[in-house]
Amino acid sequence: MNGVITALRQLAHLFVEDGSLALAILGVVILAGLFAFGLPDHPLVAGAILLLGCLGALIANVARAARGTRSA
Amino acid sequence: MSWTVAAPAVFAAFLSSLVEAVEALTIVLAVGTVRGWRPAGLGTLAGLAVLVLIVLALGPLLDRVPLNLLQLAIGILLLLFGMRWLRKAILRAAGIIAMHDETLAYASETAELRTQQSPQQARLDWVAALASFKAVVLEGLEVVFIVIAVGAGRGLIVPASIGAIAACVLVAAAGFAVHRPLTRVPENTLKFAVGVMLSAFGVFWIGEGLGIPWPGADLAIVAFAGLFLVFGLAGMGLARRPGREVLL
Repeated sequence: MNGVITALRQLAHLFVEDGSLALAILGVVILAGLFAFGLPDHPLVAGAILLLGCLGALIANVARAARGTRSA
Repeated sequence: MSWTVAAPAVFAAFLSSLVEAVEALTIVLAVGTVRGWRPAGLGTLAGLAVLVLIVLALGPLLDRVPLNLLQLAIGILLLLFGMRWLRKAILRAAGIIAMHDETLAYASETAELRTQQSPQQARLDWVAALASFKAVVLEGLEVVFIVIAVGAGRGLIVPASIGAIAACVLVAAAGFAVHRPLTRVPENTLKFAVGVMLSAFGVFWIGEGLGIPWPGADLAIVAFAGLFLVFGLAGMGLARRPGREVLL
């Protein structure tokens, strides 16, 4: 049983290591989805939100991790 | 088949499988050296058999999922997976977290195996075989996921599998030849490159799943990869500790 739990935990760990980054990515995807369905005539708005949101989430997360280390 | 999409899929599968295969090899070598090559080999073969069964079970299921839903689901998983690798590679290069060290991983695994008593009467050292099996299955699952993720959206499973198998064969041959962990493989650079490519694929597939007509169609993947590369490098500069060089 422990082996199964460990395997499932490691499987989840494939996708989620830093919870805040995973949440930010999912938030960006949901926002892009809302724009894609809310503004079907302007699909590239959703595309821009998706791409720039992911890049922004990455930079913000890395900067926060670096700040956390420096202040520790 | 468009080479604009096929080539990055083969390359992404090859590079990411290279990283995973090196990590699995380190454990298998540790098991073989400390507890014998029979349990190490049997554990590896059993692990590979489980992976083949997973692929055979998952393959037909994927065909039943509507394409846009498949692209969306795989895109989200790719983005989570790719950006996780990208973040880790950036923080390692900037000196925020320690680099992965195969020599250290090998030493720690051999030390752990030495502390576990081998049952004298048993015909097979199950603890050792299980350690080898676990390493192959866990690292192999990542390879399987990457192959499915980069290949399933556009019928590129075969080219992606070729990339992954080539990497695994290459690492196995190198490990067999040197009988030591492959410490010279630039793991962090590979993780950074793969993180860039998988994140680009992730954004592309999610967009396809949402019905976004990307300008340039498949060529958009290359542009996304360029953007993730630029932002990744910028992230390294931003996170770099004062007075420390960035070591990718």
